[in-house]
Amino acid sequence: MATTAERVEREAKLEGVGCARKRKEDPRFIQGKGNYVDDLKLPGTVFGVVVRSPYAHARIKSINKDKALKLPGVLAVLTANDLKPLKLHWMPTLAGDVQAVLADEKVCFQYQEVAMVIAENRYIAADGADLVEVEYEELPAVVDPHKALEPNAPVIRDDIKDKKEAGQGPRRHHNHIFTWEVGDKAGTDKVFQSAEVTVKQAMVNPRVHPCPLETCGCVASFDKVRGELTVYMTSQAPHVIRTVVSLLSGLPESKIRVVSPDIGGGFGNKVGVYPGYVCAIVASIVLGRPVKWIETRIENLATTAFARDYHLVGELAADKNGRIKALRVNVIADHGAFNSHAQPTKWPAGLFSICTGSYDIPVAHVKVDGVYTNKAPGGVAYRCSFRVTEAVHLIERMIDVLAQKLNVDKAEIRMRNFIKREQFPYTSALGWQYDSGDYHTALKKVLDAVNYPALRKEQEEKRKRGELMGIGLCTFTEIVGAGPTKACDILGIGMFDSAEIRVHPTGSVIARMGTITQGQGHATTYAQIIASELGLPSENIQIEEGDTSTAPYGLGTYGSRSTPVGGAATAMAARKIRDKARKIAAHLLEVPEGDLEWDIDRFKVKGVPGQEKTMKEIAWAAYNNVPEGMEMGLEAVDYYDPPNFTYPFGAYLAVVDIDRYTGETKVRRFYALDDCGTRINPMIIEGQIHGGLTEAFAVAMGQKLEFDEGGNLLSNSLMDYFVPTAAETPKWELDHTVTKSPHHPIGAKGVAESPHVGGIPCLNNAVVDAFAHLGVTDMEMPHTAYSVWKTIHKLGLDKR
Amino acid sequence: MAKTHISFNLNGRPVDVLAEPRELLIHVLREQLAHTGPHIGCETSHCGACTVDLNGRSVKSCTVLAVQAQGGNVLTVEGLATNGTLHPLQEEFMQQHGLQCGFCTPGMLVRAYRFLQENPNPSEEEIRTGMSGNICRCTGYQNIVKAVQHAAKRLQAAGGK
Repeated sequence: MATTAERVEREAKLEGVGCARKRKEDPRFIQGKGNYVDDLKLPGTVFGVVVRSPYAHARIKSINKDKALKLPGVLAVLTANDLKPLKLHWMPTLAGDVQAVLADEKVCFQYQEVAMVIAENRYIAADGADLVEVEYEELPAVVDPHKALEPNAPVIRDDIKDKKEAGQGPRRHHNHIFTWEVGDKAGTDKVFQSAEVTVKQAMVNPRVHPCPLETCGCVASFDKVRGELTVYMTSQAPHVIRTVVSLLSGLPESKIRVVSPDIGGGFGNKVGVYPGYVCAIVASIVLGRPVKWIETRIENLATTAFARDYHLVGELAADKNGRIKALRVNVIADHGAFNSHAQPTKWPAGLFSICTGSYDIPVAHVKVDGVYTNKAPGGVAYRCSFRVTEAVHLIERMIDVLAQKLNVDKAEIRMRNFIKREQFPYTSALGWQYDSGDYHTALKKVLDAVNYPALRKEQEEKRKRGELMGIGLCTFTEIVGAGPTKACDILGIGMFDSAEIRVHPTGSVIARMGTITQGQGHATTYAQIIASELGLPSENIQIEEGDTSTAPYGLGTYGSRSTPVGGAATAMAARKIRDKARKIAAHLLEVPEGDLEWDIDRFKVKGVPGQEKTMKEIAWAAYNNVPEGMEMGLEAVDYYDPPNFTYPFGAYLAVVDIDRYTGETKVRRFYALDDCGTRINPMIIEGQIHGGLTEAFAVAMGQKLEFDEGGNLLSNSLMDYFVPTAAETPKWELDHTVTKSPHHPIGAKGVAESPHVGGIPCLNNAVVDAFAHLGVTDMEMPHTAYSVWKTIHKLGLDKR
Repeated sequence: MAKTHISFNLNGRPVDVLAEPRELLIHVLREQLAHTGPHIGCETSHCGACTVDLNGRSVKSCTVLAVQAQGGNVLTVEGLATNGTLHPLQEEFMQQHGLQCGFCTPGMLVRAYRFLQENPNPSEEEIRTGMSGNICRCTGYQNIVKAVQHAAKRLQAAGGK
């Protein structure tokens, strides 16, 4: 009989699930050997630079490319007129709308794409772009979505002004896109009419940008002789991109190869198809040379993938003990000039209806109206699963407002309303089936860890002295892992994901997935799942993703779906291999399969010590000695259609100190407890949480894409758009509980977005809490010193 | 535009290039000299992804003209390891999980290399300030700070090299 120590050692050698193994990706990155898209240098590469509109709203009277074309080294200048014969001057969006690839007669947002200059190098291309002469006739712009809905607001989209719908149901105004409703309106209204207590609060999730350190870009390379197109692209979804490129270009999918090389962060910015990609592809097909297009930071912040811009009004009905009876939400969603948001096709507001949060709310109704404005099109989920950040922000603010109204402690009111552990699986009023959770335990652990009563006492004393201290809570539930194909698709393609695993004769493994890492460490963690499932050391398991010519079709990495969907596919494919291995082992040991038991890395004959075959031995046999009638080899593919989403959750607490004269806000403490189910690699989980919290800090305290009334973007560089450095970033304290997902093969739920989704409301609540005793129930993010000072000044707190 | 002949030492080896006077050092390094470790993140000196060491100082090579390197010494991430042995900073970034997507890492490492020469025994506060010219969007800096702390200790133990 194997000793415990021997088994522990064998298991440790695998470096499987639960091991904080160091990352396989790191050696090349720390030596400058990453391979990002701008690092590619294909022979004969030329460079594309986009000519952009200086106006937010204008008619194009003329475009003159003569001067640009005369510049030595300029090879071509593409405009809408050049794309028209190919029917590529407009492209369809995921939301059923269309988006101009190059502006056709008018521009609808500042920096909109008007032309692309292709030249021998990036300097000449930039010179050429300066020489393209565009004559505009400026039109009045509208940047406020409420004003966009006024009867005489400027018509933003002439191309659809007479259309009664724009891909997502009836529209009621020339700048209206869709109305999306969910829940029981009549039932909700009825509860509100007779409720003991009601509260109502307007709030805004300002327009922000994911701003990965690497901007978007591509190298499109068309081989005229073979008729094959290869596109290297910073894409979070290469397989879907290939399908879209095929549909747009008419090239068969089999002649298109999309490769996502190393990606310098995505955070939602790299999900979509952008005009620059289309132009680069067209230019490469026309010129027969590789065309590189890399965004500048200004282009990145100004045009590709903003997030949020949700203008919300929440209402809660409750009894006098603070038990919530109903939730009502109305949202104006600013989608910019084209409805090119990145959500599963059937969900115009993404998964916003998770907004009943962690609370047992009997009835709810949500209405979202999408609106066009003269701003960049979108939006995307910035480190977030499809509008979940907005949803969590809403409910976590509302519950604080209710607590303030009833004078109940903010932790206590959460405890009173949490869905109880025994209620799972729990179906929410808006139709989601929460798979698992244990909210009371999580919050209690946090409150104990920080000595919450002592913090409240300190706050009370400080308030007496006129000092400003805020304690913020956020007890969020995420919904990630999109998703069950019956509910989720992108352009009709179900949101499954895939894994293909091959075990070589010597027991090393290569595995390919339909997802694509952007820093999450897939090469490390997927290998751990396989190691645990197959009993082969993760050291010898090679993970490849992102090349559509080699990887199985998958929907990509966003919305925390890699672990819930790709990770599940990986486990399932590995289990298919193990099932075959069991048959081979039975054959080798000459016993019935039923006599075998799995033990870490081998099959053993039950009750017969020493009668065993390791996976390494089985792998060898798979290529020379298999049972009669069995195929040789040891490999499997799995396309995993998840039965449900996963529901990671957490309890966060922040303490802030605010200078009453300057408004400067210091995050004194941030305690984050996350429950992401099974923890595959604790080191990587903690790294993801640090990063997500830092992005939450950025959004809550400083980030906003600000526009003036003419639609000029005022925050288009890192000078004006806040990205925290090490100097401002707080220190994070982490904790966890483990509540496994009951339907995921290894019980994992996904983690990387939780800290962003939960962190923003937590910091926001902390800042507002500092003023709660003075009747303040909301303050608009971001909480810059100036913004906070305005509240202080209004309240007269800065008088000396 | 007429090109200028520029000679400098890159990671200890002499190099010669022809570049226009307006060409940026980052482009010459990446496109002519195949040193793609340093990256371009913002073009405005804010993010530090392009950080290299020029004549003993950290510079943002996206806002340095290549001609300014004339006769100088340039160190990039590719020059940090010696004879195949990783620099303690490289080791510690890996050990402390100080990187995720890897895009900022070359700039971070080269800045940390110079920073630890300027201040071999820094406090956490000093590390956070000393590294504040380099932006990371993934890690939240906590593990980067840890990596620099660990590397500082190792370098001190090895005699400050």
